[in-house]
Amino acid sequence: MKKIVSNVAGRVVACCVEEGARVGPGDEAFKVESMKMEIPVESEASGRIARILVAVGDEVEEGQELAVLE
Amino acid sequence: MKKILIANRGAAAARILRAVKALGLQSVVVYSEADAGLPYVRQADESFCIGPAPARDSYLNQDALLGVMARCGADALHPGYGFLSENAQFAQRVVAAGHCFIGPSPKWIDALGNKAAARALMQRHGLPAGGSTGILPGDDMAAVCRAAEALGFPVLIKPAGGGGGIGMVPAEDAQSLPACWERASGLAVKAFGDATLYLERFIQAPRHIEFQFLADRYGKVLSLFERDCSTQRRYQKVIEEAPAPAIDREAVADMAARLSAILGEIGYDVIGTVEMLYTPDSGFSFLEVNTRLQVEHAITEAVTGVDIVQAQIRLAAGETLSAVIGPGPMLKGHAIEARVYAEDPVRFLPSPGVLKTFDLPGERPGLRIETGYAAGNRVSSHYDPMVAKIIAHSDTREGAMRTLIDALGDARIEGIKTNIPMILQVLRSGRFQAGAMTVDSLQALIPTEAAKERA
Repeated sequence: MKKIVSNVAGRVVACCVEEGARVGPGDEAFKVESMKMEIPVESEASGRIARILVAVGDEVEEGQELAVLE
Repeated sequence: MKKILIANRGAAAARILRAVKALGLQSVVVYSEADAGLPYVRQADESFCIGPAPARDSYLNQDALLGVMARCGADALHPGYGFLSENAQFAQRVVAAGHCFIGPSPKWIDALGNKAAARALMQRHGLPAGGSTGILPGDDMAAVCRAAEALGFPVLIKPAGGGGGIGMVPAEDAQSLPACWERASGLAVKAFGDATLYLERFIQAPRHIEFQFLADRYGKVLSLFERDCSTQRRYQKVIEEAPAPAIDREAVADMAARLSAILGEIGYDVIGTVEMLYTPDSGFSFLEVNTRLQVEHAITEAVTGVDIVQAQIRLAAGETLSAVIGPGPMLKGHAIEARVYAEDPVRFLPSPGVLKTFDLPGERPGLRIETGYAAGNRVSSHYDPMVAKIIAHSDTREGAMRTLIDALGDARIEGIKTNIPMILQVLRSGRFQAGAMTVDSLQALIPTEAAKERA
């Protein structure tokens, strides 16, 4: 299963995709705020967003899964 | 003044706490739930938790801070840097509650906080500000284009209500201007809640040179010379030094004297730094005035022997400059500071985490360490990434560089990634050693040095 994982620990401040939407490599899927910076989290693979696992405002760890692709 | 509340965290809070104790005053520290375990919290006479980790619920919570002041009977507040240090409305509230705000009078925070207004004020007093416009109408793109053409491309779009290099967008030509303008407008609203923008002529490859001032409440101003903060990444400073290397000393002294005269004329008080851009061809042009203590104050302390934080407190309390400092300090030697950030040195992503190992070199001649952390503490993603400042001082610039390189090499930090490898790369580069850094150099230097190492 392909996933979108956070590249940094912080707080999810934006979710730029919806379940069912198609994404490709390099597409911005989330924004995570960490240490006063806003870091874009991009999809590395292409596919359809099957499930979004976090909500805006959630604290996430580096490497945490944010969404599942199919 | 008997009891001071320190409205900050980390290295700033630890540094100010030391100054308060040295002056024999009582200290009050506030902390968020995330910072309860930081070492300085236990060292203060009193400490109060003011809320959860997010800064807006704790360090930016004005009511909580004023509440603690009333509760513990503090009669003064030191805002440090960042957070509420340049919030004129907060400073006014502190004063209105009958306390001393350890910074300039709120009217100066207000007047100089708006960058376009600050430029206009400095220009009225005869300071060269480079090419710039006043605030431009956001809904009239034709007028913005005309103003940009008159200034000459490339231009830099800047938020009037901002500072610290945040939200600036360069525009190469008339075609790209509308899209850049829209982007800048969005950034300005997000960062500062204020969409007003103005334009400046984009200066190619300048140095960032800033002038430190102390002033009393009675119109006397003292120049504490300059700092060169040209080693930056995306407008955030990484390495600073004092004095500025490889520069026309007469031009620097002349500018310091002119700024000092202007600040005296307007009646500026307590503490401030005037930031300028400099190129040998265009000379100095005004950037902004920071109406607070700066992160990099320690290098000025090293080369002047003045304890800036103690002086700031005494000046805010109403003492005169001559009582606090006496005859003008002289420049002594050279100092360089490196800011150690919790940051991946290759990808430049923030690297929060627990400090499993945090061994910074101990006291040695010419070396000073400033940090708010100890081993075992978590570097939280809620705050800025600075974990320590390392300051080296020597008779010569070469000596200071050597001390700093040795100290960085001896630092053992595990659990987070830091930018130390990148700092060392810069310090060892020919460009830095020649004193030839400009604000764009660091970005350019990193790939070059990396390529050299591979070769």
